Amino acid sequence: MARITAGLTTSHIPAIGAAIDLGKTGEPYWKPLFAGYEWTKAWAAENVPDVVILVYNDHASAFTPEVVPTFALGCADEFPPADEGYGPRPVPVVRGHADLAAHLAQSLILDEFDLTLLYKLDVDHGLTVPLSLVYGQPDEWPVQVIPLAVNVVQYPPPTGHRCYMLGQAIRRAVQSFGGDLTVHVWGTGGMSHQLQGPRAGFINSEFDTAFLNRLVADPEGQARMPHLEYVREAGSEGIELVMQLIMRGALGPQVEELYRFYHVPGSNTAVGHIVLRPADPSRQEES
Amino acid sequence: MTAYSSEFDDIPGTRVFTAQRAKQGYHLNQFCMSLMKPENRERFKAGERAYLDEWPMTEAQKQAVLDRDYNAMLDLGGNIYFLAKIFATDGLSYLQAVSTMTGMNVEDYQQMMLSGGRSPEGWRSVKDGT
Repeated sequence: MARITAGLTTSHIPAIGAAIDLGKTGEPYWKPLFAGYEWTKAWAAENVPDVVILVYNDHASAFTPEVVPTFALGCADEFPPADEGYGPRPVPVVRGHADLAAHLAQSLILDEFDLTLLYKLDVDHGLTVPLSLVYGQPDEWPVQVIPLAVNVVQYPPPTGHRCYMLGQAIRRAVQSFGGDLTVHVWGTGGMSHQLQGPRAGFINSEFDTAFLNRLVADPEGQARMPHLEYVREAGSEGIELVMQLIMRGALGPQVEELYRFYHVPGSNTAVGHIVLRPADPSRQEES
Repeated sequence: MTAYSSEFDDIPGTRVFTAQRAKQGYHLNQFCMSLMKPENRERFKAGERAYLDEWPMTEAQKQAVLDRDYNAMLDLGGNIYFLAKIFATDGLSYLQAVSTMTGMNVEDYQQMMLSGGRSPEGWRSVKDGT
């Protein structure tokens, strides 16, 4: 049986990737941000799963204005880093796990989540920046990754409730996989930020803290928050936070918070990061 | 439009990229995506007007691109992640480009971010003035 043993959330700001790639992580602007991930890097080195299901959004890299899938699952053997206009990031090719991905596709669609399936996908900073923050700059990523791309660019994105339910369905699907695998689920994006219009630069630390608190302790309640409240309180791009509810749904009813970090700013954005694990591994059997 | 999309209009200084705006901005955003290719960036830089004329965009959309008026591009159906291909072609970062939409110069904008970002106070609701 495959088991979900941990989850985390993190922002996926492109400038973080550039700072890593250009060797600027020790500069005064960036140092406090990267210091906030040192605990996680040490924890991650000791807790390497077989597979990470990585929830993120594409930023006009793989998806053009022509096709807007709400949920899209990466089912290929590998996913090259995308060229976002500056050349691809100098990071390893992301290796997939096609067997688990095929199982997830079957289980989730029969569970009435009508996913788009991707057999060719270039992954942009939304996926590779979290890998860099957690695993640094290895020659090969230490885990296999199943990308789950969520539309949070064109409105309406999926509701928080739908995201939470999808997470719960991912939990059921992983538990019904025949192979013996450990799986982490990452929810990326956020925290509060707005990249457009006269209101750009919007940051709401109070909201972000309350969001993380509810994500841990009251995900059902958080899942009912309407899009309007996210945009009003977390900025137009803060809507990415709904993706973190997929991670949370996948971890089961009760979780233990292992670590939290919050920092402003990373470029235009509030950086938020939290590491969770299911409160009691024996509850893995519950849905 | 429905209540869902019109409710966002109450949020000051914000244009949510709805399905309606996506349709309005389709060719503008497709033009942006074309700048992912180096050879297209070179052709655009060599003659912006001529390159824009290859696309079935409105005159207002073309002029907004020529003026690098990002707020106007948003009004005409652009989305920031597509528009990013224009400012990447110009060699600007997100922070530099985003600051141009706020009426602040880039130094003041960066200082605001370093000081914790734009406060939500006064930026929540047009109707309520909060």
